[in-house]
Amino acid sequence: MRNNFKILYRKEVQSFFNSPVAYITLVVFLLINAWFFTSTFFLTNESDLRTLFTVAPIVFIFFIPAITMGLIAKEKNTGTLEFITTLPFSDGEIVIAKFLAALTLVATALLFTTVHFFTLLIVGNNIDMGALISGYLGLLLVGAAYTAIGTFASSVTDNQITAFIISFSIIFVLFILDKILVFVPGFLSSFLQYLSIDYHLSNISRGVIDSRNLVYLGSIILFFLLMSIRILEMRKWR
Amino acid sequence: MIEVRKLVKNYGDVKAVRDISFKVQNGEILGFLGPNGAGKTTTLKVITGYLSPTSGNVFVDDMNVIEDSMEIRKMIGYLPEMNPLYHDMEVYDFLEFVAHAREIDKSRFKSRLGEVIELCGLKGVVHKNINELSKGYCQRVGLAQAIIHDPKILILDEPTSGLDPNQIVEIRGLIKNLGKAKTVIISSHILQEIQATADRMIIINRGEIAANGTIDELMSDFKGKTRLKLELKNADTESLKKVQSFNDGVLLSEYSEKDGVMTAVLEYPNSLDPRQDIFTHAVKNKWVILEMSRHKTSLEDIFRNLTIEGETTNAK
Ligand SMILES: Nc1ncnc2c1ncn2[C@@H]1O[C@H](COP(=O)(O)OP(=O)(O)OP(=O)(O)O)[C@@H](O)[C@H]1O
Ligand SMILES: [Mg+2]
Repeated sequence: MRNNFKILYRKEVQSFFNSPVAYITLVVFLLINAWFFTSTFFLTNESDLRTLFTVAPIVFIFFIPAITMGLIAKEKNTGTLEFITTLPFSDGEIVIAKFLAALTLVATALLFTTVHFFTLLIVGNNIDMGALISGYLGLLLVGAAYTAIGTFASSVTDNQITAFIISFSIIFVLFILDKILVFVPGFLSSFLQYLSIDYHLSNISRGVIDSRNLVYLGSIILFFLLMSIRILEMRKWR
Repeated sequence: MIEVRKLVKNYGDVKAVRDISFKVQNGEILGFLGPNGAGKTTTLKVITGYLSPTSGNVFVDDMNVIEDSMEIRKMIGYLPEMNPLYHDMEVYDFLEFVAHAREIDKSRFKSRLGEVIELCGLKGVVHKNINELSKGYCQRVGLAQAIIHDPKILILDEPTSGLDPNQIVEIRGLIKNLGKAKTVIISSHILQEIQATADRMIIINRGEIAANGTIDELMSDFKGKTRLKLELKNADTESLKKVQSFNDGVLLSEYSEKDGVMTAVLEYPNSLDPRQDIFTHAVKNKWVILEMSRHKTSLEDIFRNLTIEGETTNAK
């Protein structure tokens, strides 16, 4: 049997690397992280990647909308959506392949940040391997959640800038939620805290991976991917 | 065989296709002709599964687009209107992607690619980026992706739009050639295009079928018909219809009145000639004949006639 995912995924990854947007955002992402890492590393001589794990999710708020904005919006805009949806692919296969391709780019970016980790190894400080692995796992999961949100935003419009603004806004709200808890009454605050991405990320990064955190991130990913597929299907009934 | 049955498609309030039905036999080239906004593209988008019908259905063999869209899509090669392509891809990579999507394996791809390059005249541009190609070459790439899997059904939405006259002749030839072994639906708003390629044509106007038949059938349906244009002063339609020959098959097809002058167009078989009757009637009723001119219909006129309302509604 032909593997639809593989065919679509290959095309999506290829199109990422055919466009300068991927390279530019990748370089910017790495530069920002490197700048934060080196400036704190030499100042405090701290031997962990804490700065990476706090800075990367913030950079993700810009980085991921930038790489996902074109996923579907661009195909709507140029008309190729009609071409690809009339090939024998299901809408679900198309959306998920796009999501996975964008996630690959996110993972690539994270992979590059391991240079900081190797720097630490060479300097020879003792490294908390557990914290390192859970830190990266957290970043990858949060990256996947943002990517699903970005995919969704890209499906609702044919304008890439609009897609960027929509996904940026959703992600920003989810990120900021646990920082405004002091302003809301108590009964709401635990609820809002549960909705906040950063709350779950900080749990995972501390190495305490609770099923609540995984369920939360998994639901975000699932919800936004299903919504994207639905919206793509809705074109038929316009 | 493709059968469109009672197809209706609305976009919100816009009724793009209003209850059309037709069949396309295997191996037939069907020309889908109509003015801008007639509903050609919409119909084709339903057949290819991009849109779902508001009501009605499309059957391909024993399958239908509502339940078996995936299976039907596998049988179709589709060149959408405007020919959307991935402009950041190389022609080769693009065709390879389509080939994979069309279940052509690696070994067969090589030979099939060669055939398609030959057929569509893509030699020399295979390793170019699509965004470097001229419009004509883009159109060839669009055609190449539509036929790469040698589909049973080929659906081409305005395949020659934007091409120069030489390219048009070439692409028409190619389509006619391909059509020998395939069922083809080709849409156009240019009559000559359909005449040059199709076995049969359907004229669609404002979402409805205005005519359906072979070119000869349509000609003979309308051939033998004469149109007579009249400009009469002091006349009225009721009285005009009392002209003796109206009983024999003369039809009043259009009329309007302005400043006391009535303009009327009569249609009748060539075997009739109501002119003398009209003259006597006019004299008796004291009408003034300002103009009486006769002209025979061509296919061009048939098309213009059938679609004239569409043109005016779209113009406003
Ligand atoms: N996406 C859409 N949303 C709303 N109305 C639409 C849409 N697409 C087409 N229409 C309307 O539906 C009608 C039929 O359009 P369609 O594109 O099928 O015509 P067509 O025969 O292909 O015309 P053309 O020769 O210009 O390509 C038109 O009135 C058009 O304005
Ligand atoms: Mg059209």
